[in-house]
Amino acid sequence: MSAVPAIRVEGLQKSFGANHVLRGIDFRVDVGEVVCVIGPSGSGKSTLLRCVNRLEEADDGSILIEGEDIRDPDADVDLLRSRIGMVFQSFNLFPHLSVLRNLTIAQRRVRRRGRDGADRVARENLARVGLAEKADAYPAHLSGGQQQRVAIARALSMEPDMMLFDEPTSALDPELVGEVLAVMRDLARDGMTMMIVTHEMGFAREVADRVVFMDGGVVVEEGPPDRVLGDPAHERTRRFLQMVR
Amino acid sequence: MTRRQRQRLLRGALYASAVLVVLALVAVADWELLRRNFLDVDIAAEMFPDVLLVAARNTILYTALAFTFGLALGLVLALMRLSSIAPYRWFATAYIEVFRGLPALLTIFLVGFGIPIAFQTRWPVLAQITLGLGIVAAAYMAETIRAGIEAVPRGQMEAARSLGMSRGRAMASIVIPQGFRIIVPPLTNELVLLIKDTSLLFVLGTTPATKELTKFGRDVLTSRANATPLIVVGAVYLLITIPLTQVVAVLERRNARSR
Repeated sequence: MSAVPAIRVEGLQKSFGANHVLRGIDFRVDVGEVVCVIGPSGSGKSTLLRCVNRLEEADDGSILIEGEDIRDPDADVDLLRSRIGMVFQSFNLFPHLSVLRNLTIAQRRVRRRGRDGADRVARENLARVGLAEKADAYPAHLSGGQQQRVAIARALSMEPDMMLFDEPTSALDPELVGEVLAVMRDLARDGMTMMIVTHEMGFAREVADRVVFMDGGVVVEEGPPDRVLGDPAHERTRRFLQMVR
Repeated sequence: MTRRQRQRLLRGALYASAVLVVLALVAVADWELLRRNFLDVDIAAEMFPDVLLVAARNTILYTALAFTFGLALGLVLALMRLSSIAPYRWFATAYIEVFRGLPALLTIFLVGFGIPIAFQTRWPVLAQITLGLGIVAAAYMAETIRAGIEAVPRGQMEAARSLGMSRGRAMASIVIPQGFRIIVPPLTNELVLLIKDTSLLFVLGTTPATKELTKFGRDVLTSRANATPLIVVGAVYLLITIPLTQVVAVLERRNARSR
């Protein structure tokens, strides 16, 4: 494990108007680590994830991406973001572009790759998520599970150092959840650094190196999945786990 | 009589009286006089081929120039209205309110008189036309374009930013192309309005080579003291606008399939 964490968050504060969503979060993800963040809705876990790549502006605290402060006014946020893959609950594929163009547009416009190079990377990543034959399809013609796998391949095509997943299976029909989790499992096995906000407890227990439980804008407890999910130290964690079972 | 029968009877009586009124008007109208004044074949024939080669061509040319200029300026204004910089928003709002509120004829007049005074030269007539009509078109299109951009879900901008695109790049590559797809129908509508507004351009002054359809028709009307030219140019307008809206409808259907 590298000395500099992939993500290091300290004292993070965030409010939406009068709603104090994050109340001093300390959080880290090491290089190659898979961290699942769980907790009831409204606990601030998605907001934490969205602050990490500055889609949401934190009010206070520091967020270091591989040691670089993404909140620094002089930071090149676009460059930092291009090293952080993100997968959304609602996929957010670009509906006016074919699957292949979804995967190449940022490579070409941000990474300045040529068409051939970008196409090659895109097709490799489509094959990786099992959708090589869908390169010319449009997003509207894919199932939810396929769309989410394309979204993962789109993020991977930027060859990011880490991946953020914001409830990647919450918008899917139950029978489509498995195919997306399978892709994420493969990614974890390949050593990708991952921060995953999820309600899939079985997946968290199987894949995570560490589970973080959040409630009310604070990290209540964290540790190995077997301990946090199997034998939680806090009453709040225990109550939450009983409810989701 | 049931309520339903009564309604049917009443409706029948209304139709019958409407038909009677029309028939009466048709019977009373002087058809021979109408024919001579509105459908004089000789006068209609004289208008060709200039009504197509000069007048219709100019109408289409002026529309295309004003639409292109209006679309470009409208896009800039729409982005200014959505800007986080307050003075940009104020300027765009003021522009839109002023030029939507003024009659197009007045704006074209102002351009036609204003430019020679402001710059002490006469601009080429095409430049004046583009500016005069385009200024008005931009005000309407800015609001349409803004609505289109706002209709694109916020997740699209977020996904683009998360891939490392700058705000401007994300707008240009992801948000604006989708916004324009949404506004094809209202933009078509504005294009048709613009075709008809070219009839106001006569106030800039015309030569035989720069007349558009309405001015062309009115000049023949005056010289021959006959209204047939109005029918002819009217038909030419429809010959332009109806195929246009049909083509756009086909394009839109094709577009919908890829979404």
